[in-house]
Amino acid sequence: MPEVAANVPDLDAPDVVTKGGASAVYVAPAWKLTWWRFRKHKLALVSLWVVVLITAIAAMPEFFATQDPNTTSARHAFIPPQTIQFVHEGRPAMPFAYGVVGQRDPRTLRMEWAIDTEVRYPVRLFARGFEYRLLGLIPTDRHLIGFAGASGTDIPNLLGTDRLGRDQWSRLTYGTRISLSIGLVAVALSTVLGILLGGISGYFGGLVDNVIQRLIELLQALPPIPVWLALSAALPRTWPVTWVYFAITVILALLGWTRLAREVRGRFLSLREEDFVLAARLVGASRARVIFSHMVPSFTSHIIAATTLAIPLMILNETFLSFLGLGMRPPAISWGVMLQESQNLQSVVNAPWLMIPGLFVIVTVLALNILGDGLRDAADPYSS
Amino acid sequence: MQQTPTAPDAGATAPDPARRFERVGEPILSIRGLKTHFTMDEGVVRAVDGVSFDLHAGEVVGVVGESGCGKSITMKSVLRLVQKPGRIVAGEIIYRRPASGKHKALEVDLAKLPEAGRRIRQIRGGDIALIPQEPMASFSPLHSIGSQIVEAILLHQDVSKREAKEIAIEKLREVGMPSPEQRFDAYSWQLSGGLRQRAIIAMALSCNPAILVADEPTTAIDVTTQAQVLELLKQLQREHGSSIVFITHDLGVIAQLADHVVVMYLGRVMEQGPVHDIFHRPRHPYTRALLQSVPSLHAEPRIQLPTVAGSIPHPLQRPTGCPFHPRCPDAMPGRCDVAMPALYAAPGGSPVACFLHHDHEEADDG
Amino acid sequence: MHWFILKRLLVVPFMLFIFSIISFVLIQAPPGDFLTSYIAELTQGGSSVDQAQIDALRQTYGLDRPMVEQYFTWIGRMLQGDLGVSLEWNRANSELIGERLLLTLLLTTFSLLFTWAVAIPIGIISATRKYSLVDYVFTVLNYIGLATPNFLLALVLMWIAFDRFGLSVTGLFSPEFAQAPWSWARVADLMSHIWLPMIVLGVAGTAQIARVVRANLLDELGKPYSEMARAKGLPEWKLVLKYPTRVAIAPVVSTLGWYFPQLLSGGVVVSVVMSLPTIGPLLLRALVGQDMYLAGVIILLFSVLTVIGTLVSDILLAVLDPRIRMDGA
Ligand SMILES: Nc1ncnc2c1ncn2[C@@H]1O[C@H](COP(=O)(O)OP(=O)(O)OP(=O)(O)O)[C@@H](O)[C@H]1O
Ligand SMILES: [Mg+2]
Repeated sequence: MPEVAANVPDLDAPDVVTKGGASAVYVAPAWKLTWWRFRKHKLALVSLWVVVLITAIAAMPEFFATQDPNTTSARHAFIPPQTIQFVHEGRPAMPFAYGVVGQRDPRTLRMEWAIDTEVRYPVRLFARGFEYRLLGLIPTDRHLIGFAGASGTDIPNLLGTDRLGRDQWSRLTYGTRISLSIGLVAVALSTVLGILLGGISGYFGGLVDNVIQRLIELLQALPPIPVWLALSAALPRTWPVTWVYFAITVILALLGWTRLAREVRGRFLSLREEDFVLAARLVGASRARVIFSHMVPSFTSHIIAATTLAIPLMILNETFLSFLGLGMRPPAISWGVMLQESQNLQSVVNAPWLMIPGLFVIVTVLALNILGDGLRDAADPYSS
Repeated sequence: MQQTPTAPDAGATAPDPARRFERVGEPILSIRGLKTHFTMDEGVVRAVDGVSFDLHAGEVVGVVGESGCGKSITMKSVLRLVQKPGRIVAGEIIYRRPASGKHKALEVDLAKLPEAGRRIRQIRGGDIALIPQEPMASFSPLHSIGSQIVEAILLHQDVSKREAKEIAIEKLREVGMPSPEQRFDAYSWQLSGGLRQRAIIAMALSCNPAILVADEPTTAIDVTTQAQVLELLKQLQREHGSSIVFITHDLGVIAQLADHVVVMYLGRVMEQGPVHDIFHRPRHPYTRALLQSVPSLHAEPRIQLPTVAGSIPHPLQRPTGCPFHPRCPDAMPGRCDVAMPALYAAPGGSPVACFLHHDHEEADDG
Repeated sequence: MHWFILKRLLVVPFMLFIFSIISFVLIQAPPGDFLTSYIAELTQGGSSVDQAQIDALRQTYGLDRPMVEQYFTWIGRMLQGDLGVSLEWNRANSELIGERLLLTLLLTTFSLLFTWAVAIPIGIISATRKYSLVDYVFTVLNYIGLATPNFLLALVLMWIAFDRFGLSVTGLFSPEFAQAPWSWARVADLMSHIWLPMIVLGVAGTAQIARVVRANLLDELGKPYSEMARAKGLPEWKLVLKYPTRVAIAPVVSTLGWYFPQLLSGGVVVSVVMSLPTIGPLLLRALVGQDMYLAGVIILLFSVLTVIGTLVSDILLAVLDPRIRMDGA
């Protein structure tokens, strides 16, 4: 059978050296091998960068925002996106954004907004804006981009405004923080649960394994969204935002750990049978040594991959819940909360840009999925 | 140049001196300069790199060599079963079917046939049948073995389903399957390894092929069963006079079964010849090394068996010159590591690829 | 075969029992019992509280008794076919659920069939043409399908239909059929509406299952029995469809166990966005309005459907795979 090991090219990777002239071959640690294999997967590498960027936004939304996401101005509702332009009157120009003019439709009494090509706001990098603490520590008023000559409600809305005249781009950056962190925390919780129960199940086997497996089957057979909905509906309306946040996270994790637990158990079982584990046992390695220096290393990359693949699911679930009005609630901002604004055809027809947060969801989930797959393939070259 | 062959003590495994196969007429299968390469990101694996040998009607050719030397790929190339990224890059595989019954005589170069075409499909299973290396997994677990044998029969013979079933049961009986009528409906995972192997052989025989390719049919089963299966193959060969290419790394099996031996190393034929010559007058150092590593009843007890020194090089890192030279005790520096010896037969002798025996170099190592 | 199904059937009551407990716990989850909130709501709305009605309800549900007893009263009534009444709608739950259940089942089944009809061929094509352009395109589409929340897909499609073609593609019926009794015309009308929600609901699953099929088939294609079939002289397409594909799609059938609940789940969101008269929006309303008995009944119903789905998948699997079928014999 094809015995050409998938790590052949690694032989000429720079880290392979021969020590002290003797024929001692340098053995790369598992994570390094994984990384070498991962590097070859171009799409996954791109996804890694996308994830890094999104994480940066989640970590410092204030820096990326152009306005305070909570400032409402009913007069400035539903302004279409004022995207950054590079061409003015057919000629290339330094990046800038046009202003807008509003006119009230005499029949519907609605404000109709139009791009005003007379007014131009040049883009400035690291411009001054509202004050905040970077990463919650350093007080500053610098933002990634700003617009020269614009202040207050004049500041161009890169992605338009919503029903209450709030700047969508700025809200998105803040929403990224909540949506991404809910995904991360929920996955962290379910990973702990999953590893614990999956490990117990896989290691002890027998009755314990049986009970846990049946429990997992039961939980997996539950239709998730209704159960989540019911649980979140049970949260008191009076709870503060942070409590709701943690409650939602726990609720998501509650049904989310089963997949990971299965994965961990499966790995444990198959590893137990692997020759190298048997070999380690035969040469008399202690139980702890077998687990920690032989099983866990060949294991972590799988867990990381499985975790990466679980995050996008959690993000999607939070979006579902909040979209239906049973997850995060205003004034908290998350992608789902933002999408709630576009819950029916009417609002979408009036202001299609309200769906833009959905694009963020798609890109994030896409990047995380590709990244997770890349990691998994790199961790286990024989699986595919 | 000829060194005294270190007379290998092959007593227990030596072939039966009574068995001699006289090669007459044209071979039924001749492979000439076959090269099958796998092109991958990491480089080109030359799994088969210039293999030539013949199979005559009624003859058993044994192909031996260490694991990974390209035995299976050679025979898969004959059946055109090599999957991407593998490809036959050079050589001929001439199959000559004698006229028999309703079949006309036929002479084709299998290497030139389209891989998925009708002609090669008629030859697969119908003219050349395979007994695969892994009998355990060679039946689909979701279909009964009977239905899988019937399918093969219906593909190549003009019979009704009923008749096909009868033929299948007949073949099962012939290979010694107990109560074949019931076993017809069994699934492969319900059979023991030995029975499964018998079922596979029944399937291979079901269309009365001119050539049987047996790829290590006994490696995956236990020793007792192995002996039974070998006995079965021997008996079938005697009764039908089949032509068999028998792949193995077990020289003992070769000694029992083969008339002619092909010794392969790293995708090349090192030496070939009648089984007696190979066992009693091996010429290539590799053949000698192989023979020495076989345990024998007459050897002194408790001595350490010699092994072939060194290990097989990585498929992507072929040595230059003769592929065996890094492990060869008789390698001549400046000669063996530079040029590739051709597989050359001195007049009256059989072919060997070694500079110890002739000075012919391989023309082009493209 | 019969043994196998019997064994499975024996598990069903047990699963249902557990699910009924979970549903009951969910009903109890909101703070305070539902009557209290009901009374609060009524008083807030300015209407007077009908003490007699309240007492009657307290009596039927045994609200003043211990939890365990309450559970058995509830489940007992369920078993007798009494699904209770919705306080918010003031109608029998069974009446509210009736047609919506039928439509939910229809939509879910259609989506399931759509998923299989699309995912399996895609998986087969991708696997047999591994690393080709087609495979690449399908892989990309799969990733996008997996990443797109179905409600967003619904919104975008609805928006495009409206913006480009002036069509309003919400609901499952045209207005004239919405309340009409069942007739062939109504069925035809339903069919002309159901395909879009069917696709929207099925896309994510299609992506998932196509991936599963591709991976399984790639595994199976490398197995010796595939090669053996080729060595028999079987044409390639026939071989692929007959042997490895059958092995590769057997696990797909067993995904019914989780895919069915997922579809029911996803249907809730899609139905809300597309204003479909299925159970989803009813559940959402019940939950938001804390009409917990209605919500509990619906969740229990979903669980029952799930159990049936699992059972069907087990039986299908046994039909497809003799190893499972003969396990119990
Ligand atoms: N699909 C493939 N891709 C790349 N290389 C391959 C592939 N299949 C086989 N090879 C290479 O071809 C060479 C010959 O393989 P082959 O299976 O013919 O060996 P073999 O002599 O039959 O060995 P064994 O006795 O173990 O069966 C091996 O070195 C292997 O690395
Ligand atoms: Mg082989």
